[in-house]
Amino acid sequence: MKVLWKRIPEQLRRLSILVLLLIVLFVMIRTLLVPRDFGKYGHYRASAVDEIVSQSIHYAGREACEECHDDIAGVKSSGFHRNVACEVCHGPGAAHMEDPSGVQLTAPRERGYCPLCHEYLTSRPTGFPQIVSDLHNPMKPCIACHEPHDPKPPVTPKGCEACHAAIARTLSLSHHVYLPCTRCHQDPGSHKISPREFTPTKPTTREFCGECHARNDENTKGIPQIELVNHYSRYVCWQCHYPHLPEAQ
Amino acid sequence: MKSLKNEKGNCTPRRTFLKNLVLSCSSLFLPRLIFPQEKKNEAGSWMLENGYVPSEHNWGMGIDINKCIGCGRCVNACKTENNVPKVPFYFRTWVERYRIFEDRDSTVDSPNGAIDGFHEMKEDGKNVVRSFFVPKICNQCDNPPCVQVCPVGATFKTPDGVILVDADYCIGCRYCIQACPYGARYLNPETRTADKCTFCYHRVVKGLAPACVETCPTQARIFGEIDKKASPLIRFKRINKINVLKPFLNTEPKVMYANFDMEVK
Repeated sequence: MKVLWKRIPEQLRRLSILVLLLIVLFVMIRTLLVPRDFGKYGHYRASAVDEIVSQSIHYAGREACEECHDDIAGVKSSGFHRNVACEVCHGPGAAHMEDPSGVQLTAPRERGYCPLCHEYLTSRPTGFPQIVSDLHNPMKPCIACHEPHDPKPPVTPKGCEACHAAIARTLSLSHHVYLPCTRCHQDPGSHKISPREFTPTKPTTREFCGECHARNDENTKGIPQIELVNHYSRYVCWQCHYPHLPEAQ
Repeated sequence: MKSLKNEKGNCTPRRTFLKNLVLSCSSLFLPRLIFPQEKKNEAGSWMLENGYVPSEHNWGMGIDINKCIGCGRCVNACKTENNVPKVPFYFRTWVERYRIFEDRDSTVDSPNGAIDGFHEMKEDGKNVVRSFFVPKICNQCDNPPCVQVCPVGATFKTPDGVILVDADYCIGCRYCIQACPYGARYLNPETRTADKCTFCYHRVVKGLAPACVETCPTQARIFGEIDKKASPLIRFKRINKINVLKPFLNTEPKVMYANFDMEVK
């Protein structure tokens, strides 16, 4: 062995020691830097998977909701929204499941939410129920007419709007949409069966409109009010204001 | 030494030369003998803490373009579930609107990833021939370019076929973001590491569906096993004509599209 070592030239002998030192240094640094479980199952850190799996869950899933809210699940099960998960509208529910009384989920009650799916867009698939929300009863929240857990497709109108559709559409843009037709028009007999024989009444006096719009102290709903006595007293109201859409200029 | 020399003056005889050649070549196998390769089937017995065995699964997703209504609930759910910054340009999934005009021109838009849905657009006097929504997501390629380019081994393919990012190990060099042909990766501005869709791996191992699949109101997204006989995805593949994004790249995506238009890129 000693003879072999002597036979190697001097400069190579010195270099080999340096190379050996470098190799030892490399192995030491590598064991320090590379995690133990790196390469256990592949060219990656095996414990990274455990870290990713430990991420917290926000959406509990519809099965979890149905465990407690089985009444609503029953309503939903046969409707058009049966495949819409609860958390689509009510938001992530895992926190509510952990602490049912502490964390309450909300429901979108304003008009803005339903049009996310149901506003008319040319790109939406044909046959998907869509509306133009600017023209579709813009004064009412969606849930005033549609039960979100069991929405029904449109039906043939059976009330006044069946014949007076143009008036109904105009009225839908006005605050007066909240008033039933019978607030201003009384049916003396059966107008629906004999429309020409029984004509519904129309208001005849300024005082009728004044029931709501005359100045009084009990105005709590923000109804626009005037002094009935000196507000253009020689005219009746509908000579200037269109009762089905008084907001129009 | 003189005795070894032949008439032509070469000092090594052929026999010795060949012997040394064989010996030195055999030393190439030395490292493999000293550090024997780990058996490949070791990952087969790998079990996570909750009893989930990754090698028993192979996950994929089906997306029916005809069913997507562009509501963006998937984008919203994904950002909530995975704590993705709720500002534009950071998306694990997003929805694109394609509009193809009469003059064969086409446009694609995705306002804020469609997290607030879409609005009807003025078409500048052009007639739209076709228009549809395409949800996009990491394709979880079977042959992932992003994993190949990672210089530190921070992104990898699990035995169940999901591509994950080790945020602790990622150095934020962005090679993988460049390499992804689908633009599915982004640099998380909070952690400064690469981030992407994980198929909601933390949900999948617990038997839940990914957040986007859970919240899709029209079942445009289907999640399931690729290799099992009975799975929602197998049914999806049976009843639809299937296409994948950029098949010519041989990335072998595991996100399959039904009713795919040739304009989709």
